[in-house]
Amino acid sequence: MSDTLLEVDDLRVTFPTRTGLVQAVRGVSFSLGRERLGIVGESGSGKSQTGRAIMGLTPPQAEVSATKLAFDGMDLLSISPRERRALRGNRIAMILQDPKYSLDPVMTIGRQIVETLRTHEKVGKTEARERALAMLQAVQIRDPARVFDLYPHEVSGGMGQRAMIAMMLVTGPELMIADEPTSALDVTVQLDVLNILDKLVAERGMGLIFISHDLRLVSSFCDRVVVMYAGKVVEQIKASELRDAQHPYTRGLLNCMPRIGFERHPLPVLDRKPEWAA
Amino acid sequence: MTASITVEGLEVVFDRFRALKGVSLEVREGESYGLVGESGSGKSTLLRAITGLAPVSSGTITVNGKTLGKTRDKAFYREVQMVFQDPYGSLHPRQTVDRLLQEPLAIHGIADGEKRIERALDEVGLGKGFRFRYAHQLSGGQRQRVAIARALILEPSILLLDEPTSALDASVQAEVLNLLEEVRRRRKLTFLMVSHDLAIITHMCERLMVMQNGEAVETLTASQLIGHRVSEDYTRNLLRASEGFVRV
Repeated sequence: MSDTLLEVDDLRVTFPTRTGLVQAVRGVSFSLGRERLGIVGESGSGKSQTGRAIMGLTPPQAEVSATKLAFDGMDLLSISPRERRALRGNRIAMILQDPKYSLDPVMTIGRQIVETLRTHEKVGKTEARERALAMLQAVQIRDPARVFDLYPHEVSGGMGQRAMIAMMLVTGPELMIADEPTSALDVTVQLDVLNILDKLVAERGMGLIFISHDLRLVSSFCDRVVVMYAGKVVEQIKASELRDAQHPYTRGLLNCMPRIGFERHPLPVLDRKPEWAA
Repeated sequence: MTASITVEGLEVVFDRFRALKGVSLEVREGESYGLVGESGSGKSTLLRAITGLAPVSSGTITVNGKTLGKTRDKAFYREVQMVFQDPYGSLHPRQTVDRLLQEPLAIHGIADGEKRIERALDEVGLGKGFRFRYAHQLSGGQRQRVAIARALILEPSILLLDEPTSALDASVQAEVLNLLEEVRRRRKLTFLMVSHDLAIITHMCERLMVMQNGEAVETLTASQLIGHRVSEDYTRNLLRASEGFVRV
Protein backbone atom coordinates (compact mmCIF):
# COMPACT_ATOMS: atom_id res chain seq x y z
CA MET A 1 0.00 0.00 0.00
CA SER A 2 1.68 3.17 -1.17
CA ASP A 3 -0.38 6.06 0.17
CA THR A 4 -0.58 6.31 3.92
CA LEU A 5 -3.99 7.30 5.18
CA LEU A 6 -3.36 7.33 8.87
CA GLU A 7 -0.18 7.58 10.87
CA VAL A 8 -0.12 6.89 14.57
CA ASP A 9 3.10 7.29 16.48
CA ASP A 10 3.46 6.89 20.23
CA LEU A 11 -0.22 7.45 20.99
CA ARG A 12 -1.03 7.74 24.68
CA VAL A 13 -4.40 8.15 26.37
CA THR A 14 -4.32 9.00 30.05
CA PHE A 15 -7.27 9.03 32.44
CA PRO A 16 -7.16 10.83 35.77
CA THR A 17 -8.54 8.67 38.57
CA ARG A 18 -8.73 9.02 42.33
CA THR A 19 -5.62 6.92 42.71
CA GLY A 20 -3.61 8.82 40.13
CA LEU A 21 -3.15 8.76 36.39
CA VAL A 22 -4.02 5.62 34.47
CA GLN A 23 -2.63 5.16 30.99
CA ALA A 24 -5.14 3.17 28.96
CA VAL A 25 -3.06 3.45 25.80
CA ARG A 26 0.71 3.50 26.33
CA GLY A 27 2.61 4.38 23.20
CA VAL A 28 0.82 2.75 20.30
CA SER A 29 2.29 3.19 16.83
CA PHE A 30 1.10 1.93 13.47
CA SER A 31 0.31 3.23 10.03
CA LEU A 32 -2.57 2.43 7.78
CA GLY A 33 -2.99 2.57 4.02
CA ARG A 34 -6.11 1.63 2.12
CA GLU A 35 -6.18 -1.75 3.75
CA ARG A 36 -7.90 -3.68 6.50
CA LEU A 37 -6.15 -3.52 9.82
CA GLY A 38 -7.34 -5.51 12.81
CA ILE A 39 -6.71 -4.42 16.39
CA VAL A 40 -7.10 -7.32 18.79
CA GLY A 41 -6.88 -7.55 22.53
CA GLU A 42 -8.80 -8.39 25.67
CA SER A 43 -11.00 -6.01 27.59
CA GLY A 44 -8.87 -3.28 29.06
CA SER A 45 -6.10 -3.66 26.50
CA GLY A 46 -6.77 -0.18 25.14
CA LYS A 47 -7.99 -1.23 21.70
CA SER A 48 -11.23 0.73 21.86
CA GLN A 49 -9.54 3.80 23.35
CA THR A 50 -7.09 3.72 20.44
CA GLY A 51 -10.00 3.78 18.00
CA ARG A 52 -11.75 6.51 19.93
CA ALA A 53 -8.65 8.67 20.10
CA ILE A 54 -8.33 8.52 16.30
CA MET A 55 -11.99 9.40 15.97
CA GLY A 56 -11.68 12.19 18.55
CA LEU A 57 -14.19 10.65 20.91
CA THR A 58 -11.98 10.39 23.98
CA PRO A 59 -13.84 11.59 27.11
CA PRO A 60 -12.96 15.23 27.93
CA GLN A 61 -11.27 14.43 31.25
CA ALA A 62 -8.76 12.15 29.55
CA GLU A 63 -5.65 13.39 27.84
CA VAL A 64 -4.49 12.27 24.42
CA SER A 65 -0.90 12.76 23.36
CA ALA A 66 1.14 11.47 20.48
CA THR A 67 4.32 12.23 18.61
CA LYS A 68 2.21 11.97 15.52
CA LEU A 69 -1.47 11.39 14.88
CA ALA A 70 -2.06 12.32 11.28
CA PHE A 71 -4.91 11.57 8.93
CA ASP A 72 -4.12 12.24 5.27
CA GLY A 73 -1.29 14.53 6.32
CA MET A 74 -3.48 16.50 8.74
CA ASP A 75 -2.36 16.64 12.36
CA LEU A 76 -5.47 15.53 14.24
CA LEU A 77 -4.25 16.81 17.59
CA SER A 78 -3.65 20.40 16.50
CA ILE A 79 -6.66 21.09 14.28
CA SER A 80 -9.62 22.98 15.73
CA PRO A 81 -12.66 21.16 17.14
CA ARG A 82 -14.58 22.56 14.20
CA GLU A 83 -12.26 20.97 11.66
CA ARG A 84 -12.34 17.77 13.63
CA ARG A 85 -16.12 17.74 13.53
CA ALA A 86 -16.05 18.21 9.78
CA LEU A 87 -13.91 15.10 9.49
CA ARG A 88 -15.91 12.97 11.86
CA GLY A 89 -18.72 11.15 10.14
CA ASN A 90 -17.56 12.53 6.82
CA ARG A 91 -14.05 11.34 6.02
CA ILE A 92 -13.63 9.20 9.14
CA ALA A 93 -16.58 7.11 10.25
CA MET A 94 -17.11 4.71 13.11
CA ILE A 95 -19.36 1.70 13.59
CA LEU A 96 -20.09 0.84 17.20
CA GLN A 97 -20.83 -2.47 18.80
CA ASP A 98 -24.52 -2.52 19.55
CA PRO A 99 -27.10 -0.89 17.25
CA LYS A 100 -29.53 -0.91 20.18
CA TYR A 101 -27.48 1.80 21.86
CA SER A 102 -25.78 3.54 18.98
CA LEU A 103 -28.86 4.44 16.96
CA ASP A 104 -31.15 7.25 18.12
CA PRO A 105 -34.24 5.50 19.50
CA VAL A 106 -36.66 8.36 18.76
CA MET A 107 -35.67 8.99 15.14
CA THR A 108 -36.51 6.80 12.19
CA ILE A 109 -33.62 5.01 10.52
CA GLY A 110 -34.11 6.98 7.32
CA ARG A 111 -34.02 10.34 9.06
CA GLN A 112 -30.80 9.40 10.84
CA ILE A 113 -29.11 8.54 7.57
CA VAL A 114 -30.38 11.71 5.91
CA GLU A 115 -29.22 13.76 8.89
CA THR A 116 -25.68 12.38 8.59
CA LEU A 117 -25.62 13.11 4.90
CA ARG A 118 -27.00 16.65 5.13
CA THR A 119 -24.67 17.56 7.97
CA HIS A 120 -21.71 17.03 5.70
CA GLU A 121 -22.97 17.74 2.20
CA LYS A 122 -25.21 20.32 0.64
CA VAL A 123 -27.94 18.13 -0.78
CA GLY A 124 -31.68 18.63 -1.22
CA LYS A 125 -34.26 16.62 0.67
CA THR A 126 -35.26 14.47 -2.26
CA GLU A 127 -31.72 13.68 -3.27
CA ALA A 128 -30.77 12.89 0.33
CA ARG A 129 -33.67 10.50 0.60
CA GLU A 130 -32.72 8.81 -2.63
CA ARG A 131 -29.12 8.41 -1.57
CA ALA A 132 -30.20 7.02 1.81
CA LEU A 133 -32.45 4.50 0.09
CA ALA A 134 -29.67 3.50 -2.29
CA MET A 135 -27.36 3.05 0.68
CA LEU A 136 -29.90 0.85 2.49
CA GLN A 137 -30.10 -1.19 -0.70
CA ALA A 138 -26.31 -1.46 -0.75
CA VAL A 139 -26.28 -3.04 2.71
CA GLN A 140 -28.72 -5.63 1.36
CA ILE A 141 -31.86 -4.50 3.09
CA ARG A 142 -34.56 -6.02 0.96
CA ASP A 143 -37.26 -3.39 1.31
CA PRO A 144 -35.40 -0.09 1.82
CA ALA A 145 -38.50 2.11 1.56
CA ARG A 146 -40.14 0.27 4.45
CA VAL A 147 -37.04 0.19 6.64
CA PHE A 148 -36.45 3.91 5.96
CA ASP A 149 -39.56 4.74 8.02
CA LEU A 150 -38.94 2.28 10.85
CA TYR A 151 -37.62 3.15 14.29
CA PRO A 152 -34.53 1.29 15.58
CA HIS A 153 -36.59 -0.78 18.05
CA GLU A 154 -38.66 -2.14 15.18
CA VAL A 155 -35.75 -3.88 13.49
CA SER A 156 -33.58 -6.84 14.47
CA GLY A 157 -29.98 -6.50 15.62
CA GLY A 158 -28.60 -7.56 12.24
CA MET A 159 -30.84 -5.11 10.41
CA GLY A 160 -29.93 -2.33 12.87
CA GLN A 161 -26.24 -2.94 12.32
CA ARG A 162 -26.74 -2.81 8.55
CA ALA A 163 -28.55 0.50 8.98
CA MET A 164 -25.60 1.68 11.06
CA ILE A 165 -23.19 0.68 8.30
CA ALA A 166 -25.39 2.44 5.74
CA MET A 167 -25.36 5.59 7.85
CA MET A 168 -21.59 5.53 8.18
CA LEU A 169 -20.95 4.86 4.51
CA VAL A 170 -23.39 7.35 3.03
CA THR A 171 -20.86 10.18 3.18
CA GLY A 172 -18.25 8.04 1.47
CA PRO A 173 -15.60 8.05 4.22
CA GLU A 174 -11.98 7.19 3.50
CA LEU A 175 -11.33 5.65 6.88
CA MET A 176 -13.75 3.45 8.74
CA ILE A 177 -13.26 2.39 12.34
CA ALA A 178 -15.40 -0.59 13.30
CA ASP A 179 -15.40 -1.26 17.04
CA GLU A 180 -16.65 -4.81 17.61
CA PRO A 181 -19.22 -4.40 14.81
CA THR A 182 -20.60 -7.91 15.10
CA SER A 183 -20.12 -8.92 18.72
CA ALA A 184 -23.73 -8.20 19.65
CA LEU A 185 -25.09 -10.26 16.75
CA ASP A 186 -25.94 -13.92 16.32
CA VAL A 187 -23.28 -16.05 14.63
CA THR A 188 -25.30 -16.54 11.46
CA VAL A 189 -26.11 -12.84 11.16
CA GLN A 190 -22.48 -11.96 11.92
CA LEU A 191 -21.33 -13.47 8.66
CA ASP A 192 -23.91 -11.58 6.61
CA VAL A 193 -22.89 -8.29 8.16
CA LEU A 194 -19.18 -9.04 7.71
CA ASN A 195 -19.75 -9.95 4.06
CA ILE A 196 -21.52 -6.66 3.44
CA LEU A 197 -18.81 -4.70 5.22
CA ASP A 198 -16.11 -6.59 3.35
CA LYS A 199 -17.68 -5.94 -0.04
CA LEU A 200 -18.29 -2.24 0.57
CA VAL A 201 -14.83 -1.62 1.97
CA ALA A 202 -13.26 -3.35 -1.04
CA GLU A 203 -15.47 -1.56 -3.58
CA ARG A 204 -14.84 1.87 -2.15
CA GLY A 205 -11.17 1.40 -1.40
CA MET A 206 -11.49 2.54 2.18
CA GLY A 207 -9.05 2.01 4.99
CA LEU A 208 -10.60 -0.07 7.75
CA ILE A 209 -9.64 -0.47 11.37
CA PHE A 210 -11.45 -3.47 12.74
CA ILE A 211 -11.36 -3.63 16.53
CA SER A 212 -12.29 -6.95 18.09
CA HIS A 213 -11.49 -9.35 20.88
CA ASP A 214 -11.85 -12.28 18.49
CA LEU A 215 -8.42 -12.97 17.04
CA ARG A 216 -9.59 -15.68 14.69
CA LEU A 217 -12.38 -13.57 13.24
CA VAL A 218 -10.03 -10.63 12.74
CA SER A 219 -7.39 -12.75 11.07
CA SER A 220 -9.92 -14.10 8.58
CA PHE A 221 -11.18 -10.60 7.81
CA CYS A 222 -8.15 -8.31 7.86
CA ASP A 223 -4.87 -8.01 5.97
CA ARG A 224 -2.82 -7.13 9.00
CA VAL A 225 -3.31 -7.55 12.74
CA VAL A 226 -2.09 -5.43 15.63
CA VAL A 227 -2.21 -7.33 18.92
CA MET A 228 -2.55 -5.17 22.03
CA TYR A 229 -1.91 -6.05 25.64
CA ALA A 230 -2.15 -3.66 28.60
CA GLY A 231 -2.22 -0.57 26.39
CA LYS A 232 0.72 -1.58 24.23
CA VAL A 233 1.22 -3.23 20.90
CA VAL A 234 2.87 -6.57 21.57
CA GLU A 235 2.91 -7.77 17.99
CA GLN A 236 2.11 -6.62 14.45
CA ILE A 237 1.71 -9.40 11.97
CA LYS A 238 0.22 -10.18 8.58
CA ALA A 239 -3.05 -12.05 9.02
CA SER A 240 -1.85 -14.81 6.72
CA GLU A 241 1.22 -15.35 8.90
CA LEU A 242 -0.65 -15.44 12.17
CA ARG A 243 0.17 -19.10 12.53
CA ASP A 244 3.82 -18.14 12.93
CA ALA A 245 3.10 -15.51 15.58
CA GLN A 246 6.05 -15.05 17.88
CA HIS A 247 4.62 -13.44 20.97
CA PRO A 248 3.33 -15.91 23.59
CA TYR A 249 0.28 -13.70 24.18
CA THR A 250 -0.78 -13.88 20.52
CA ARG A 251 -0.24 -17.61 20.50
CA GLY A 252 -2.12 -17.99 23.75
CA LEU A 253 -5.08 -16.04 22.39
CA LEU A 254 -5.16 -18.20 19.28
CA ASN A 255 -4.92 -21.36 21.30
CA CYS A 256 -7.33 -20.87 24.14
CA MET A 257 -10.59 -21.03 22.24
CA PRO A 258 -12.43 -24.33 21.91
CA ARG A 259 -12.63 -25.47 18.30
CA ILE A 260 -14.94 -27.95 16.71
CA GLY A 261 -13.09 -31.16 16.00
CA PHE A 262 -10.10 -30.41 18.24
CA GLU A 263 -10.52 -32.17 21.56
CA ARG A 264 -8.39 -30.53 24.21
CA HIS A 265 -9.21 -31.06 27.87
CA PRO A 266 -8.42 -28.91 29.70
CA LEU A 267 -8.10 -25.95 27.35
CA PRO A 268 -4.72 -24.26 27.34
CA VAL A 269 -4.85 -21.05 29.36
CA LEU A 270 -2.76 -17.93 29.18
CA ASP A 271 0.12 -17.75 31.57
CA ARG A 272 0.39 -13.99 31.84
CA LYS A 273 3.91 -12.71 32.28
CA PRO A 274 4.50 -9.34 33.90
CA GLU A 275 7.11 -8.50 31.26
CA TRP A 276 4.41 -8.47 28.53
CA ALA A 277 3.06 -5.28 30.04
CA ALA A 278 6.48 -3.73 30.61
CA MET B 1 -28.46 -44.59 33.28
CA THR B 2 -31.38 -42.82 34.86
CA ALA B 3 -32.80 -39.53 33.72
CA SER B 4 -31.83 -36.49 35.70
CA ILE B 5 -34.05 -33.97 33.94
CA THR B 6 -36.99 -34.93 31.74
CA VAL B 7 -38.95 -32.25 29.93
CA GLU B 8 -42.04 -33.18 27.96
CA GLY B 9 -44.10 -30.97 25.67
CA LEU B 10 -43.05 -27.82 27.48
CA GLU B 11 -44.89 -24.64 26.51
CA VAL B 12 -44.00 -21.18 27.79
CA VAL B 13 -46.20 -18.28 26.80
CA PHE B 14 -45.49 -14.60 27.54
CA ASP B 15 -48.73 -12.71 26.93
CA ARG B 16 -49.48 -13.87 23.42
CA PHE B 17 -45.94 -14.84 22.46
CA ARG B 18 -45.13 -18.54 22.52
CA ALA B 19 -41.51 -18.66 23.60
CA LEU B 20 -41.41 -22.47 23.81
CA LYS B 21 -43.62 -24.56 21.58
CA GLY B 22 -43.80 -28.06 23.01
CA VAL B 23 -40.14 -28.86 23.66
CA SER B 24 -39.08 -32.27 25.01
CA LEU B 25 -35.69 -33.42 26.16
CA GLU B 26 -34.05 -35.88 28.49
CA VAL B 27 -30.79 -35.29 30.33
CA ARG B 28 -29.25 -38.41 31.86
CA GLU B 29 -27.62 -38.47 35.24
CA GLY B 30 -24.04 -37.27 35.14
CA GLU B 31 -24.37 -36.11 31.57
CA SER B 32 -23.48 -32.74 30.14
CA TYR B 33 -26.19 -31.60 27.75
CA GLY B 34 -26.03 -28.54 25.53
CA LEU B 35 -28.65 -26.23 24.09
CA VAL B 36 -27.63 -24.18 21.04
CA GLY B 37 -29.47 -21.63 18.97
CA GLU B 38 -29.64 -17.99 18.02
CA SER B 39 -31.12 -15.31 20.26
CA GLY B 40 -34.85 -15.77 20.64
CA SER B 41 -34.68 -19.52 20.04
CA GLY B 42 -35.95 -20.22 23.56
CA LYS B 43 -32.84 -21.90 24.92
CA SER B 44 -32.55 -19.65 27.97
CA THR B 45 -36.31 -19.75 28.51
CA LEU B 46 -36.07 -23.53 28.79
CA LEU B 47 -33.52 -23.21 31.61
CA ARG B 48 -35.57 -20.53 33.32
CA ALA B 49 -38.71 -22.69 33.07
CA ILE B 50 -36.90 -25.52 34.85
CA THR B 51 -35.83 -23.25 37.73
CA GLY B 52 -39.29 -21.72 37.95
CA LEU B 53 -38.38 -18.33 36.49
CA ALA B 54 -40.63 -18.57 33.42
CA PRO B 55 -44.39 -19.17 33.27
CA VAL B 56 -45.04 -22.76 32.17
CA SER B 57 -48.43 -23.05 30.50
CA SER B 58 -48.35 -26.76 29.72
CA GLY B 59 -46.05 -29.75 29.69
CA THR B 60 -44.19 -31.49 32.48
CA ILE B 61 -40.74 -31.16 33.98
CA THR B 62 -39.33 -34.02 36.02
CA VAL B 63 -36.14 -33.59 38.02
CA ASN B 64 -34.51 -36.59 39.71
CA GLY B 65 -37.76 -38.54 39.47
CA LYS B 66 -39.95 -35.81 40.93
CA THR B 67 -42.46 -34.07 38.71
CA LEU B 68 -42.47 -30.35 39.39
CA GLY B 69 -45.59 -28.34 40.05
CA LYS B 70 -46.15 -24.61 39.86
CA THR B 71 -43.80 -23.79 42.68
CA ARG B 72 -40.37 -25.11 43.60
CA ASP B 73 -39.59 -26.10 47.17
CA LYS B 74 -36.31 -25.66 49.00
CA ALA B 75 -35.33 -29.25 48.38
CA PHE B 76 -35.44 -28.54 44.63
CA TYR B 77 -32.92 -25.73 44.92
CA ARG B 78 -30.56 -27.96 46.86
CA GLU B 79 -30.52 -30.22 43.83
CA VAL B 80 -30.61 -27.64 41.05
CA GLN B 81 -28.60 -24.42 40.88
CA MET B 82 -28.12 -21.96 38.07
CA VAL B 83 -25.22 -19.81 36.85
CA PHE B 84 -26.28 -16.81 34.83
CA GLN B 85 -24.73 -15.15 31.82
CA ASP B 86 -23.76 -11.78 33.14
CA PRO B 87 -21.54 -11.88 36.21
CA TYR B 88 -21.94 -8.11 36.49
CA GLY B 89 -25.69 -8.42 36.93
CA SER B 90 -25.99 -11.58 38.98
CA LEU B 91 -24.01 -10.57 42.05
CA HIS B 92 -25.39 -8.11 44.60
CA PRO B 93 -23.30 -4.93 44.28
CA ARG B 94 -23.43 -4.06 47.98
CA GLN B 95 -22.70 -7.46 49.45
CA THR B 96 -19.28 -8.93 50.02
CA VAL B 97 -18.43 -12.29 48.55
CA ASP B 98 -18.74 -13.73 52.06
CA ARG B 99 -22.27 -12.35 52.45
CA LEU B 100 -23.23 -13.57 48.96
CA LEU B 101 -22.13 -17.08 49.80
CA GLN B 102 -23.82 -17.05 53.19
CA GLU B 103 -27.22 -16.27 51.71
CA PRO B 104 -27.98 -19.75 50.31
CA LEU B 105 -26.62 -21.33 53.50
CA ALA B 106 -28.90 -19.18 55.66
CA ILE B 107 -31.92 -19.97 53.49
CA HIS B 108 -31.33 -23.67 53.79
CA GLY B 109 -30.33 -23.59 57.46
CA ILE B 110 -26.89 -25.05 56.93
CA ALA B 111 -24.67 -24.77 59.96
CA ASP B 112 -21.05 -25.35 58.91
CA GLY B 113 -21.00 -22.13 56.86
CA GLU B 114 -17.48 -21.13 57.72
CA LYS B 115 -15.98 -24.32 56.37
CA ARG B 116 -18.22 -24.46 53.32
CA ILE B 117 -17.41 -20.92 52.24
CA GLU B 118 -13.70 -21.56 52.52
CA ARG B 119 -14.01 -24.77 50.60
CA ALA B 120 -16.24 -23.26 47.90
CA LEU B 121 -13.83 -20.37 47.30
CA ASP B 122 -10.95 -22.79 47.25
CA GLU B 123 -12.71 -25.01 44.77
CA VAL B 124 -13.26 -22.22 42.25
CA GLY B 125 -9.67 -21.10 42.53
CA LEU B 126 -10.21 -17.94 44.56
CA GLY B 127 -8.20 -17.74 47.73
CA LYS B 128 -9.32 -16.53 51.14
CA GLY B 129 -8.25 -13.04 50.14
CA PHE B 130 -11.36 -12.67 48.01
CA ARG B 131 -13.77 -13.45 50.79
CA PHE B 132 -14.42 -9.92 51.99
CA ARG B 133 -14.32 -8.14 48.67
CA TYR B 134 -17.23 -6.59 46.83
CA ALA B 135 -18.24 -7.58 43.30
CA HIS B 136 -16.92 -4.33 41.83
CA GLN B 137 -13.46 -5.16 43.14
CA LEU B 138 -13.38 -8.32 41.03
CA SER B 139 -12.78 -8.91 37.34
CA GLY B 140 -15.42 -10.55 35.14
CA GLY B 141 -13.78 -13.96 35.40
CA GLN B 142 -13.44 -13.70 39.18
CA ARG B 143 -17.10 -12.71 39.46
CA GLN B 144 -18.17 -15.70 37.43
CA ARG B 145 -16.08 -17.87 39.75
CA VAL B 146 -17.99 -16.40 42.70
CA ALA B 147 -21.28 -17.15 40.93
CA ILE B 148 -20.13 -20.74 40.41
CA ALA B 149 -19.06 -20.98 44.06
CA ARG B 150 -22.49 -19.73 45.11
CA ALA B 151 -24.14 -22.39 42.97
CA LEU B 152 -21.88 -25.13 44.32
CA ILE B 153 -22.09 -24.25 47.99
CA LEU B 154 -25.38 -26.15 48.41
CA GLU B 155 -23.81 -29.21 46.79
CA PRO B 156 -26.42 -29.59 44.05
CA SER B 157 -26.44 -32.50 41.62
CA ILE B 158 -27.52 -30.42 38.63
CA LEU B 159 -26.08 -27.16 37.35
CA LEU B 160 -27.97 -25.07 34.82
CA LEU B 161 -25.52 -22.85 32.94
CA ASP B 162 -26.89 -19.97 30.90
CA GLU B 163 -24.07 -18.74 28.61
CA PRO B 164 -21.64 -18.78 31.53
CA THR B 165 -18.70 -17.43 29.54
CA SER B 166 -20.16 -15.20 26.84
CA ALA B 167 -19.43 -12.03 28.82
CA LEU B 168 -15.80 -13.02 29.31
CA ASP B 169 -12.60 -12.64 27.31
CA ALA B 170 -11.45 -15.67 25.35
CA SER B 171 -8.55 -16.41 27.66
CA VAL B 172 -10.71 -16.06 30.77
CA GLN B 173 -13.39 -18.14 29.07
CA ALA B 174 -10.91 -21.01 28.78
CA GLU B 175 -10.19 -20.78 32.52
CA VAL B 176 -13.87 -20.83 33.47
CA LEU B 177 -14.67 -23.70 31.09
CA ASN B 178 -11.78 -25.69 32.57
CA LEU B 179 -13.06 -24.96 36.06
CA LEU B 180 -16.58 -26.11 35.14
CA GLU B 181 -15.25 -29.34 33.68
CA GLU B 182 -13.16 -29.96 36.74
CA VAL B 183 -15.98 -29.46 39.26
CA ARG B 184 -18.25 -31.61 37.14
CA ARG B 185 -15.74 -34.44 37.16
CA ARG B 186 -15.04 -34.10 40.86
CA ARG B 187 -18.66 -33.85 41.99
CA LYS B 188 -20.21 -35.99 39.26
CA LEU B 189 -22.58 -33.17 38.34
CA THR B 190 -25.17 -33.09 35.61
CA PHE B 191 -24.89 -30.04 33.36
CA LEU B 192 -27.52 -28.42 31.21
CA MET B 193 -25.69 -25.70 29.36
CA VAL B 194 -26.90 -22.98 27.02
CA SER B 195 -24.63 -21.32 24.49
CA HIS B 196 -24.83 -19.74 21.06
CA ASP B 197 -21.34 -21.02 20.35
CA LEU B 198 -21.20 -24.50 18.82
CA ALA B 199 -17.50 -24.86 19.61
CA ILE B 200 -18.12 -24.35 23.34
CA ILE B 201 -21.01 -26.81 23.35
CA THR B 202 -19.06 -29.52 21.53
CA HIS B 203 -16.17 -28.93 23.91
CA MET B 204 -18.29 -29.20 27.04
CA CYS B 205 -21.19 -31.51 26.22
CA GLU B 206 -21.78 -35.07 25.10
CA ARG B 207 -25.19 -34.44 23.59
CA LEU B 208 -26.93 -31.31 22.43
CA MET B 209 -30.17 -29.96 21.08
CA VAL B 210 -30.32 -27.30 18.39
CA MET B 211 -33.19 -24.88 18.87
CA GLN B 212 -34.88 -22.30 16.70
CA ASN B 213 -38.03 -20.21 17.26
CA GLY B 214 -38.96 -22.03 20.45
CA GLU B 215 -38.74 -25.47 18.89
CA ALA B 216 -36.20 -28.26 18.81
CA VAL B 217 -34.54 -28.48 15.39
CA GLU B 218 -32.60 -31.64 16.09
CA THR B 219 -30.82 -33.62 18.79
CA LEU B 220 -27.23 -34.67 18.17
CA THR B 221 -24.26 -36.16 19.91
CA ALA B 222 -21.14 -34.02 19.99
CA SER B 223 -19.33 -36.49 17.75
CA GLN B 224 -22.11 -36.33 15.15
CA LEU B 225 -21.72 -32.56 15.11
CA ILE B 226 -17.93 -32.74 14.88
CA GLY B 227 -18.26 -35.18 11.97
CA HIS B 228 -20.80 -32.86 10.30
CA ARG B 229 -23.34 -35.67 10.39
CA VAL B 230 -26.34 -33.38 10.76
CA SER B 231 -29.66 -33.64 8.99
CA GLU B 232 -31.11 -30.12 9.22
CA ASP B 233 -30.07 -27.16 7.08
CA TYR B 234 -30.32 -24.84 10.04
CA THR B 235 -27.66 -26.80 11.93
CA ARG B 236 -25.49 -26.87 8.84
CA ASN B 237 -25.73 -23.07 8.65
CA LEU B 238 -24.75 -22.76 12.28
CA LEU B 239 -21.79 -25.03 11.70
CA ARG B 240 -20.64 -23.01 8.72
CA ALA B 241 -21.04 -19.77 10.64
CA SER B 242 -18.96 -21.09 13.51
CA GLU B 243 -16.07 -21.76 11.15
CA GLY B 244 -15.62 -18.03 10.80
CA PHE B 245 -15.52 -15.53 8.00
CA VAL B 246 -14.50 -16.73 4.56
CA ARG B 247 -14.07 -14.17 1.80
CA VAL B 248 -16.19 -15.03 -1.24
